[in-house]
Amino acid sequence: MVNNLLPLTATGLTVQRRGKTLLGPIDLRLERTGLTVVLGPNGAGKTTFLKALHGIERLNAGTLTWNLTDAEARQQQAFVFQSPILLRRSVAANLAYPLSLARHPKALITKQVAQWAHRIGLGDALSRPAHRLSGGEKQKLALARALISDPKLLFLDEPCTNLDGRSTKEIEAVLQEAQQAGTRIILATHDLGQARRLATEVLFLKSGRIHESGPAASCLTTPQTPELRAFLNGDIVE
Amino acid sequence: MIRTLLTSLLIVFAGMTQAETLRMAVTTSFNNSGLSDVLLPVIKEDTGLDVQLLIVGTGQALRLGEAGDVDAILVHSKASEEAFVAGGFGTHRREIMYNDFVLIGPDSDPAEIAKAKTAADALTLIATGQHSFVSRGDDSGTHKKELALWATAALDPAGFEAWYNPVGAGMGASLNTASGLGAYIMADRASWLNFGNKGTLALLFSGDPVLFNQYAYIPINPERHPHVNAAGATSLETWLVSDKARELINGYTVAGEALFTFNAGPK
Amino acid sequence: MTDIWQGLVSAFWLVVTLDADLVEITLRSLQVSLSALVIASLVALPFGTWLAIRRFRFRRTTIAILNAFMGLPPVVVGLLVYLLLSRSGPFGVLGLLFTPTAMIIAQVIIITPLIASITHQAMRELWAEYHDLLISMNIPSRARIWTLIVDGRRALLTAALAGFGRAIGEVGAIMIVGGNIDHATRVLTTAIALETGKGDFALALGLGFVLIGLAVSVNLIIHALSGTERGSRW
Ligand SMILES: Nc1ncnc2c1ncn2[C@@H]1O[C@H](COP(=O)(O)OP(=O)(O)OP(=O)(O)O)[C@@H](O)[C@H]1O
Ligand SMILES: [Mg+2]
Repeated sequence: MVNNLLPLTATGLTVQRRGKTLLGPIDLRLERTGLTVVLGPNGAGKTTFLKALHGIERLNAGTLTWNLTDAEARQQQAFVFQSPILLRRSVAANLAYPLSLARHPKALITKQVAQWAHRIGLGDALSRPAHRLSGGEKQKLALARALISDPKLLFLDEPCTNLDGRSTKEIEAVLQEAQQAGTRIILATHDLGQARRLATEVLFLKSGRIHESGPAASCLTTPQTPELRAFLNGDIVE
Repeated sequence: MIRTLLTSLLIVFAGMTQAETLRMAVTTSFNNSGLSDVLLPVIKEDTGLDVQLLIVGTGQALRLGEAGDVDAILVHSKASEEAFVAGGFGTHRREIMYNDFVLIGPDSDPAEIAKAKTAADALTLIATGQHSFVSRGDDSGTHKKELALWATAALDPAGFEAWYNPVGAGMGASLNTASGLGAYIMADRASWLNFGNKGTLALLFSGDPVLFNQYAYIPINPERHPHVNAAGATSLETWLVSDKARELINGYTVAGEALFTFNAGPK
Repeated sequence: MTDIWQGLVSAFWLVVTLDADLVEITLRSLQVSLSALVIASLVALPFGTWLAIRRFRFRRTTIAILNAFMGLPPVVVGLLVYLLLSRSGPFGVLGLLFTPTAMIIAQVIIITPLIASITHQAMRELWAEYHDLLISMNIPSRARIWTLIVDGRRALLTAALAGFGRAIGEVGAIMIVGGNIDHATRVLTTAIALETGKGDFALALGLGFVLIGLAVSVNLIIHALSGTERGSRW
């Protein structure tokens, strides 16, 4: 599958709130393939950045240019939030939600829901209320719900915080599979190990700007700026 | 769940079958007498009319008639009735029956009105002694009658002090207040006899002819309100002045006492 | 004290003998208040939800007015509806005055703001929780409202029941527009007012206990029905 949603060109993206610039200006080109990892200290603007690209953060300046029309582009993306937002419904109903909005046939929905639930280890929990799941299960459910409608672009905002090693591996496996199936992924994380395992491209954000970026291989091994170097060493970035 | 709800609603709606109905505004005192419970079923049987009573004060009854919201009225306030007919709201006024007003008060009777010769004397006694008195104060027929009586006694309630309590309520509610205060009050005999919360109240004065209370029937003018059930109003009138009505009205008693005297005259 | 006891006794007898008049006015009370509830809910639930998620110029004003309307005095509503429906009023030709329909209209006006306002409060919280997700999924506005209504159904049920409680216990407005006509527009509350007026406190209180019992049963039934709908609670 060719990902015809991309490439995406962003120019001059700026987000300001209460007279303070939270993000930008940012210029960026997102290619069709790869997995981009967004790094940066707390408050650097990672969440704001992802939301801005996704189109749910009001921009004060700048443009996003997709390979498709804006309307089509909006339909083909999904976002997994930093703290998972689950509907006050059962596990199955959460998974089915995007599909039934897209008016998929009932039988297909049931099948897909069962498959995905099984895949994230919630096969036996279909009828349980999503709010009763453990923190890790919630995050997996939110991820599965994002992937179930087969988005061409997936934003993940720290999907593995609070997860143990095993759950993290499971999620990473799911992500790699999705990537192979043609889903372009952008992931914000504080987990450098995860960055090393998954990233093909790295964006290092600091104070709302892209401070350094490049192929993962070079960025993560030979950072060019002292800030990224410090960050990778686990030192405090000023 | 919504379906069950709707179904049960449908059943309730279906239960309301429509007979020929006639709406009549009557005074609270007439309804409280219980006479309507005796008359309405017989009227239904004899004329097929389903008479729906709106139980209101005389003032409101006349308003309902003026607006054309009822087909006929049965009230007891001669002057207003004549003005109503003169204003073209009703076709004519037909006297049907009368009952009487009585003076009620605490059975200890501190004002000693039981010994009074006339109603005016009794009221004067209450006013001089400044004994608690409850007035309807609602512009009803009973209220107007009470005001007229004060006037005969050459007294003006506007100048009365705190012992005079206009409550602005119906007969029953006013009686409840009087019962609570142990106050004097003027009521129609029917409401008094049917009243359930007498407490220490007792009937202290009655029988003065000025206390007679004439009920009259007025059909609403169909020329003014074409939608009214004029035919029904006519057949109800015919029934109300019939011998059958005479028998039922004169024969109606509460606690062994006759309440109403039939005196229907010609148009 | 004896009055209360007699009220209980008379309520007991009214109920066990299934007094025909009692059954009739009870059913009418239900008919009027449930119809008003259904109509008011159809308007107020989507409106309250819409108000929670939609930003527009006069939103604050609208909410303030809505909250003020929660406290509309029923007698005033009754009087206005009376004047509108009177034969001499603008809608007189419909001949609705002194019918259950008129009572339903008055009650709809009284309870719609109440239901809408409680809905708005509850939906605001839910919307804050769902906001990012529903925006991200790019869901059309109607589907958003529907999602909130479905997932907020417990809160909405509370709103609706509050409306029902106010409707079934209301007397001022329906007395004026219904006229308390025996076998036509008499309901529990107006019957209670009538019997109180006659000084028959025992019967009035008996009817009052029936009314309370009715309100409690409707609440329990609706809760039971909605509880079995889904095994889980939120
Ligand atoms: N609506 C807003 N108004 C004002 N400031 C905001 C608003 N939203 C976010 N911010 C600020 O913008 C900065 C960037 O926030 P953002 O959530 O993007 O950081 P982040 O990189 O995701 O941090 P973390 O690693 O803690 O998740 C923070 O300082 C935050 O407090
Ligand atoms: Mg963040």
